[in-house]
Amino acid sequence: MIVEIGHYALILALILSLVQSVLPVWGAVTGNDRMMAVAPPVSGMMFLFVGISFAALTMAYATSDFSVLNVVENSHSAKPFLYKLTGVWGNHEGSMLLWVLILVLFGALVAAFGRNIPTELRAATLGVQGMVSFAFLLFLLVTSNPFLRLSPAPMEGNDLNPILQDVGLAIHPPLLYVGYVGFSITFSFAAAALILGRVDAAWARWVRPWTLLAWMFLTLGIAMGSYWAYYELGWGGYWFWDPVENASLMPWLSGTALLHSAIVLEKRGALKVWTVLLAILTFSLSLLGTFLVRSGVLTSVHAFATDPMRGTFILGILTIFVGGSLALYAWRAPLLKQGGLFAPVSREGALVLNNLLLTVSAVAVFVGTLYPLALEVVGGEKISVGPPFFNLTFGPLMVPLLIAMPFGPLLAWKRGDLYAVSQRLYAALGLALAATLLVAWLQGVDRILAALGFGLGIWVIAGAAAEILSRARFAQVGLSTGLRRLVGLPGAAWGAALGHIGIGVTVLGLVAATAFQVEKVVTIRPGESVTVADNTLTFGGLARRTGPNYIDDVGHFDILKGGVKVAETDPAKRLYTARKMPTTEAGIVTFGFSQVYVSIGEVHDDGGADIRVYHKPLVTLIWLGCLVMAFGGALSLFDRRLRVGAPKPARQRMVPAE
Amino acid sequence: MTRKQRRLSMIAAAGGVLAVAVGLILFALNDQIVFFQSPSDIVGKTHPDGQRIRLGGLVADGTVERRDGAEVRFSVTDTEETVQVVYVGLLPDLFREGQGVVAEGVMKPDGWFHADSVLAKHDENYMPKEVAEALKGKGVWQGEE
Repeated sequence: MIVEIGHYALILALILSLVQSVLPVWGAVTGNDRMMAVAPPVSGMMFLFVGISFAALTMAYATSDFSVLNVVENSHSAKPFLYKLTGVWGNHEGSMLLWVLILVLFGALVAAFGRNIPTELRAATLGVQGMVSFAFLLFLLVTSNPFLRLSPAPMEGNDLNPILQDVGLAIHPPLLYVGYVGFSITFSFAAAALILGRVDAAWARWVRPWTLLAWMFLTLGIAMGSYWAYYELGWGGYWFWDPVENASLMPWLSGTALLHSAIVLEKRGALKVWTVLLAILTFSLSLLGTFLVRSGVLTSVHAFATDPMRGTFILGILTIFVGGSLALYAWRAPLLKQGGLFAPVSREGALVLNNLLLTVSAVAVFVGTLYPLALEVVGGEKISVGPPFFNLTFGPLMVPLLIAMPFGPLLAWKRGDLYAVSQRLYAALGLALAATLLVAWLQGVDRILAALGFGLGIWVIAGAAAEILSRARFAQVGLSTGLRRLVGLPGAAWGAALGHIGIGVTVLGLVAATAFQVEKVVTIRPGESVTVADNTLTFGGLARRTGPNYIDDVGHFDILKGGVKVAETDPAKRLYTARKMPTTEAGIVTFGFSQVYVSIGEVHDDGGADIRVYHKPLVTLIWLGCLVMAFGGALSLFDRRLRVGAPKPARQRMVPAE
Repeated sequence: MTRKQRRLSMIAAAGGVLAVAVGLILFALNDQIVFFQSPSDIVGKTHPDGQRIRLGGLVADGTVERRDGAEVRFSVTDTEETVQVVYVGLLPDLFREGQGVVAEGVMKPDGWFHADSVLAKHDENYMPKEVAEALKGKGVWQGEE
């Protein structure tokens, strides 16, 4: 019964989305208030119905209702309860339902918190969001219905793919989707602006918080996915340039560009046409990612099942929305008025450079991801484009971006003085050079590239710190007033500084973990030891342990530093009994920001085992940097000046003056 | 600076960055891609020194031999030809005899394929796509179409 309610609610949401696609947009174009008034309540109702539908599927999983095909295929009664719940989005149908849930959630949020947005813009935005919702609800119901029944119901399910039974997976898809799908609302804003033929500073002010929200979650989602791959797959890698990873990186790159160009539009009224295009492209890349991941053109852990119908359907959605919005853009963008002038050396100029490098690097990732597919489609040779390609293309584009990063926020709007700005960065430059020399001295001059990379990370961090400190003007106002000024700085200022610091921190982690990692692969027997960097691991032998739905062969290792035991770890070789599928559970011990990583391979008859041991210096900085970035985004989001619904200055001026 | 000059300087900058990027991409595509080959594509041909290859096929039954120091030797077959592979490292969890595998590495003059990474299928339903297609091509595919 509950399952049928879920199915029914989904159909109701589909019908509502059709209403939403037509009436508000029509109303916005013809100036009909009653039609426009439909948009907010319908958005709320769509969210309610898809929410009911999602709750119904969750119930089916929680109670292990094996009369539902989707539950049978992806769950098992012996599975831990948490993974029964997260199993809802551990499969194609369920994850698409989550996708749609977040899509309508953003519509409902704009309806609820967007009261200050002009009625026409809000109605048209919600209307476009309704069109996207309609397409994906239709996709869900026609090709990927999660509520199909199975008769007779089997006694037991097939279990969830074991590598997906993990806390990391419990949170990775929701975070990633809020980011990915969140860009739908900026897309809707852009399409609405084009339909109404109006883009101004106010538009950017309304769009920026939504972009920021999506960007924050996308950052967290990518970081979470990377950490999940790192500890769950047992290879010790955190980024493989896998097409599925690239699919999330591309919207992140263009979303980051959008975040910056929207600042120019808001403050200076310039870059209108470009910002609108970027908003369209960012969501188009999200759609492309969905197509790559869901259609099965790529075989990976994310392609749960391959069904050509689904691929064709998503390709259709992709074509209609990308083609439609670009056509709308070509038709309406010339109507947008030119914005303010600026010199090449200025804050605007720096932000243009940022946009240029970010979009071009997104193009590089795009080519590397799609070229093998395109070549195969035209019947060419089968090739694989791996890390060397991306290191050679993406890397060089990031270097100028990082070098320029500290300059941007210090330059004045309209016309900046590069020389004056450089003087304020002497301290940062000194720190960066000192770090480079220190690393080169410690690690040897032959590691000069790594040392330079390390210095670059320090340069970005110190540059951002210099910028935020210079705003407090310690030199002029003294320490205590300076500190008070620092704390009182607007959230957006702190947000920008932390965003940049986070990038620097991530760069430090990437450089250190790539260049200074020590890896050993050995066969080890009980009582023997292996040493990586200053850590000696002594193998205490293997033991068998039984979990709820798996059997572990656990190896025990004591970790000694300078002959003293400082930690122990128990990596395991795990066999999930329902699917007879082995997985590797790595043993990870964190010292400061560095980690020792052990995984067990082949187990020998004499009690020995092949193991792989890594020392990964500063590796946790990779993900901590992402957390800092997201935290910066949150601070910026709660800035009063940006908050949606914050009182406008005009209203304050209405207080009679004496 | 007039509007026109500003626009020209922006276009020049964008064009410059784009040109550099296109150059990098073309260079990398020329140099850094890896071709997928089956044992039949490899056997009896000469290979330029250090040319990276992704070798795909089935792990031949009874050929997996483990040595100390986590060295593994096995043969990859597409049922017509067989290539001997040597690999030092941990094999993926799903590496099994008779199953699909993709090994990446170089063909050395000693006739052995020296792999530095080995991938196996992720679960029961998943065979590396290239392997499945190579096997279909040879007419020995047994899975679903």
